[in-house]
Amino acid sequence: MKIVAFTQMESNGTFAQDVPLFADAIKASGADIVIVPGTSRFKRSMPAAALRAGADIDTNVTDVTVEGETVKAQRWAYRQRILATFSRTGRPWVIVTDPALFAEISAKLGVSETKEFGAGAGDTRTTCNGVQAAGGGGESTIRPDAKLLFVAGAGWTKKQADGELHLADAASSITTFLGKSGASLGSSKSLVDMPEAAQAFNFMSHMNQVGQTGSTPRHAKGLSTCCHGEEPHVVGRRFINERRAINLDANCGWAQGKADVVYVADAFEVMKKINEMM
Amino acid sequence: MSKPLNIIVCGSLVPDPLQTLEPVSTPQGPGLKNEQMLPSVLDPWAACALYEAAALAKTRAGSKVYLVALGPKAKLQQLMMTVAQKVPFELIAANGPAGGFTDAKETAEELAKLIKSIPNLDLSSTLVFGGCASASRDAGVTMPFVAEKLGINEFFAGVDEIKVADDDSFTVLERIEGGKYLSSTCKGFPAVVAWATGSLPEPPNNPQVGMMNMRGVMPALMKAPVVNVGSGTIAYEKTEVPSAKRDTVVKKDMSAEAIAQEIVEWIKG
Repeated sequence: MKIVAFTQMESNGTFAQDVPLFADAIKASGADIVIVPGTSRFKRSMPAAALRAGADIDTNVTDVTVEGETVKAQRWAYRQRILATFSRTGRPWVIVTDPALFAEISAKLGVSETKEFGAGAGDTRTTCNGVQAAGGGGESTIRPDAKLLFVAGAGWTKKQADGELHLADAASSITTFLGKSGASLGSSKSLVDMPEAAQAFNFMSHMNQVGQTGSTPRHAKGLSTCCHGEEPHVVGRRFINERRAINLDANCGWAQGKADVVYVADAFEVMKKINEMM
Repeated sequence: MSKPLNIIVCGSLVPDPLQTLEPVSTPQGPGLKNEQMLPSVLDPWAACALYEAAALAKTRAGSKVYLVALGPKAKLQQLMMTVAQKVPFELIAANGPAGGFTDAKETAEELAKLIKSIPNLDLSSTLVFGGCASASRDAGVTMPFVAEKLGINEFFAGVDEIKVADDDSFTVLERIEGGKYLSSTCKGFPAVVAWATGSLPEPPNNPQVGMMNMRGVMPALMKAPVVNVGSGTIAYEKTEVPSAKRDTVVKKDMSAEAIAQEIVEWIKG
């Protein structure tokens, strides 16, 4: 069984350039299985390339087992809610993994050859203008390599004990914590959807959204604040090993077996103290 | 004057995210317990695509939005009761399975056939929209497959913004690594755009729009062809909901200072 890994240099290519490039590479490799890290470039063009090359493709693969010539893969369906274990009869088979799992899964498969792609070339009607930051345009608050994911929920925009909104205090508390801890910022959908939050929390955007309709990042630890821990929230923490939450409601979703520790407290007060101690 | 656009949105139904899902084995392969009874919603990212399509169509007089949906007919009809009230569109439907264990290649094949069945469709003034991944299969491969099946060489994934100029060139922002956007400009149509969240809120229900849409929805559902979408070359061994229940420790009556101290030690540990 021939296993070939595809990787890319710090470069990009358009769909029109990359699909024929990748399709030819799949065919030329003679591989039974091609393993690919799920970078934005590969995720954009590899599915159509696999189709063009007559290959099968599965994305977001989280694990594989190899027994002789039989390879079984695992991936989640229904946004991290049902785990499927399966194999494919079709060959070649392109397996796309999360970039963080690429080395581990490549080692399990026993890669015999690696092909690296440079920048795309050839005819295209699309021109890349460059990369730009999301949200307020400042330093990105999404840090995939951070050990901690800090999640802010809609509770940060609610009236506090004095009957007033404290959006500026909330924004300051969150950004101070991100600066001191180096954490990556996640958000609930309800928070990023709020127009008032978009104005006050200009350091976050829909890109920060974690959960059912957002991302499912991989960090060692996760701290959730002012977020209820309902199922659409929890699926976004599927790959967070240690989970803690601060919530005023002792019966919130996090307390129902979704987090390791739930602190029943006012996140405004606790985060202020944490920022003083960090 | 800029020409009218055809904006074709591919989107179907998924179980309401608040429902508990339990996998079961069926003669056709894996499925969900009581799948036919589960309340459904329009796939969230496809819904974002639909709202963006409607907003874009408003910027060019004469433009038209199509919603191309593959799903069980009875459930599609139920879904249309709410979706049809959001924005104006013409439904093009096929009656078939829309679960998370069906093969994306077969689904894309049927979607491409439905798109090609639109009478007098001029691809040179067409944008095909969809979600960047479904909330069922969640693979992010259907829309690039549709692009390939339609022979469209411009595809953008995880898009949050599109700006179309009068000369038909357009600029998109695609989500890439590290919370950043890749900005690209394309010289013109056709193109396939797989949307992330976009920037538009869910439109409020508009009964007038609903009544107008339903005049076309019911005939579209009546003539929806039955399609066979299976699981392709996939051989499922098992589908499961892994036990994710944790022994949660709920800490009450601690001072903010004591909690802060404990969290700081945990973060640094």
